[in-house]
Amino acid sequence: MTTHVELRPGAYADSVTLLQVSRTVQGLDGVVAAQVAMATPLNIEVLTGMGFDVPAEATPNDLVVALRLEDAGALATALAGVDQALRDANRRETGPSEQAPPRTTGSAFRRTSDAIALVSVPGPSAFVEAMDALEAGHDVMVFSDNVPLDQEVALKRAAAEQRLLVMGPDCGTAVVGGLGLGFANVVSPGPVGIVAASGTGCQQVLALLDHAGVGVSSALGVGGRDLSAEVRGLATREAMRRLDEDPAVELIVLISKPPADDVAAEIREYAGTLATPVEYALLGPGQPDLTAATEAVLRRLGREVPAWPVTGSAAPNAGAIRGPFAGGTLASEARLITELLAGTGGGHTFVDFGDDEYTAGRAHPMIDPSIRLEHLARAAADPATGVLLLDVVLGHGAEPDPAASLAPALAGIGKPVVVAVVGTDADPQGLARQVRALADAGAEVHLSNAGATRRAIELSGGRA
Amino acid sequence: MSTPAAVVNVGADLFAEAVEDQAVPVTRVDWRPPMEGTEADLAAVAADPLRRTANERALAAMLDVTATLVDVAPASEVLGLQRGEFLHAGPPIAWERTSGPLRGALMGGAALEGLVDDPEAAVPLFESGTGVSLEPCHHRSAVGPMAGVVTPSMWMFVLEDQATGRRTYCSLNEGLGKVLRYGAYAPEVLTRLRWMGDVLGPLLRAAVRSRIDGGAGPVDVTGILTQMLQMGDEAHNRNRAGTLMLLRDLSPAMVLCSEEAGFDGADVAEALRFIGGNDHFFLNLAMPACKLALDAARGIEGSTMVVAMARNGTDFGIQVAGTGDEWFTGPAQLADGLFLGDYGPDDANPDIGDSAITETAGIGGFAMATAPAIVRFVGGSVPDALATTRRMHEITLGENPRWSVPVLEFQGTPTGIDVSKVCRTGILPQINTGMAGKVAGVGQVGAGLVTPPAEIFPQALSRLAALAAARTPS
Repeated sequence: MTTHVELRPGAYADSVTLLQVSRTVQGLDGVVAAQVAMATPLNIEVLTGMGFDVPAEATPNDLVVALRLEDAGALATALAGVDQALRDANRRETGPSEQAPPRTTGSAFRRTSDAIALVSVPGPSAFVEAMDALEAGHDVMVFSDNVPLDQEVALKRAAAEQRLLVMGPDCGTAVVGGLGLGFANVVSPGPVGIVAASGTGCQQVLALLDHAGVGVSSALGVGGRDLSAEVRGLATREAMRRLDEDPAVELIVLISKPPADDVAAEIREYAGTLATPVEYALLGPGQPDLTAATEAVLRRLGREVPAWPVTGSAAPNAGAIRGPFAGGTLASEARLITELLAGTGGGHTFVDFGDDEYTAGRAHPMIDPSIRLEHLARAAADPATGVLLLDVVLGHGAEPDPAASLAPALAGIGKPVVVAVVGTDADPQGLARQVRALADAGAEVHLSNAGATRRAIELSGGRA
Repeated sequence: MSTPAAVVNVGADLFAEAVEDQAVPVTRVDWRPPMEGTEADLAAVAADPLRRTANERALAAMLDVTATLVDVAPASEVLGLQRGEFLHAGPPIAWERTSGPLRGALMGGAALEGLVDDPEAAVPLFESGTGVSLEPCHHRSAVGPMAGVVTPSMWMFVLEDQATGRRTYCSLNEGLGKVLRYGAYAPEVLTRLRWMGDVLGPLLRAAVRSRIDGGAGPVDVTGILTQMLQMGDEAHNRNRAGTLMLLRDLSPAMVLCSEEAGFDGADVAEALRFIGGNDHFFLNLAMPACKLALDAARGIEGSTMVVAMARNGTDFGIQVAGTGDEWFTGPAQLADGLFLGDYGPDDANPDIGDSAITETAGIGGFAMATAPAIVRFVGGSVPDALATTRRMHEITLGENPRWSVPVLEFQGTPTGIDVSKVCRTGILPQINTGMAGKVAGVGQVGAGLVTPPAEIFPQALSRLAALAAARTPS
């Protein structure tokens, strides 16, 4: 049993509202008693009677939050519950004459102009919302996956007619004029403009360029199917056109799986008409990995290629590599490198926990780590496991402190762990803090996923 | 590229928070799953290349119409209605399925036309079907409130769009209480109807014609609607200001022309008293004005705009601009509201009447915010009324620049119900309505709020999707 009493000077709500708030908070898990009240003499008496110590400096203009909890672990949820209940109570006060929020994207654009739309509704409904944005004359990012291919084509054709940009479907990451959308790292403005058909692939390049001191003006996602024979790079062209128009962009980098053959030719032809040079970072078998591609970008810009940072050190341990990944492109990059260097026979496994198969009805592992942590514990307990290889992707949208749950899980694992932490110093989670926490828990932490993979192969005895 | 000034977020709130963390404002869409099973049809309709311009055309065509009162004449004359032909409200229906109020009105109508001496004697006539036929008002460019029964001898308002010469028609309003349109057929009901045919109709005709002949022109019904919406009328359940403005426009002519038309001062006084004492008199002009506007949008291929909502007391039907004359129907619902005297919910008939044409045109329940005086009469509160009008903007294509709501900063009324938006949001059109007694002959029992049956919108959507698919070469 533990108590928590805090004063919130300047906060005010009427007593009826606060009674409702107190009742709501009392109903939360782990809360034994709760009183949220203004610190009037009468209320202080009540609180004292309940066994709470109210600080002597409390005045009737202070809001007191007093909680008795089963254990201290319940505090964060209980406080979040207090905040939520206060917000809800305020909302009720405004009454039904308050304008209700818009119910469709089209309706939202009647109220807002000069905005970009971000669509993450279930796939079968994404097209309709995205079309609303285009019809209102606005660019749209479609985070949703499971959007039928014919709808993607229809959407991008409609956009092309108006020179609008459709990022996605299944676009996880974008940076538009410095604004991160979806899962996006915080980067400085600079000479690079990215067009990416892969979310985490883009994030890896953003993180590496940031470490190398090269800024990025915009990183425009186009979705994994944009360069297919059906979509034919409709969004890629528009994204390249936008970046070409941006005077800050000196080099356009296109990150994608190799396009369908004739589409590749069309895109290269289109690139030839632009004033800005285009560097291709094509992913897949026989192509350079993301780190090598980033190094090529740096060289083309005449910048020095830095040593990619590694923090901590893991010990060798022969066996299979187990790779529970959150990023799809990072998982496939790790698999490709492993197959290339150690062959396919070592029992190595790489799982993308961001795949539809694992996200149906639950949040992406970059938001909710629980499914991956369960898998991690099982993989570590497997005697065949030699080395664990995983990614942690930082940035806007991702969970606020991934190391907070991952570090304790790693500490007791008893197997070498190599982690690629994809992020920048300015990310909300703080790259250095995350790296430090994971290294302290015994992991060897890389910024480069390819570097992490090579190291895991080496530690597992598969050469490299 | 410049940084977006704002973001519209639809879906995970996490992404909205991430944008706000970067000091960029977010408009959050309160998205909810669409009506069950509509996703594929919604996408097909959204992808229809005709849809957008078709809807723009439909809305513009509707808003372009100016309705004027050009004549008043018997239905036999202007609709060519023959003895034994009955028009009724709502989608088509056979006698066997008719509800009490529609039966009562048909029985009273049969007696009015002299087909039977006693309304009760009309039942076997309609059962046999010999020499009688039923047809929706909507199929004859007409609309009728409640039961909407029109017989050849009834006098009709004739409204015309000056630009095109197109016309619509509606009977004269009988007042409240025991009246034919609510299914009452007592002798006093028929006596009133005969007076309306003998005195009121001819006098109004003379007045309307003399105004036109005298250079004052036809009465601008659309213009009166514009004004009455700023005077506390929503033009479905409250028509008080509209009625008085009509009197203002017609009474001098009624006085001047009466002698020539063969009426004395007592007749004129009675007619003026009747109109002025019937707060709903203007409803029968508002309705055909709405129909005149909406009919301009009929038959526009690819348009998802609703052009008629109508009920016959059994079925609720809608017609859509892009689906021709097809009715999409479901069971009419019971209104939720207040009852007169000792009547209660068990006495009420399901929703009935063509008067939902007002909501289809963006007034009535859609303009509830402008009529706070009657919100309690239909069982609501003033904040409910404001919220209702705002909510209807979520399912409409645009706003009517002529018809505005002062309390909402003169925002135009929500206009052009979009079948797609109804299916996407699950928000059903809000209709203000009177309630008829379910037993033939009873009359009005109350008033309240009602919505269409939800399933008719996915039905219409499915047809729109099929038509779009048939147009698209695959």
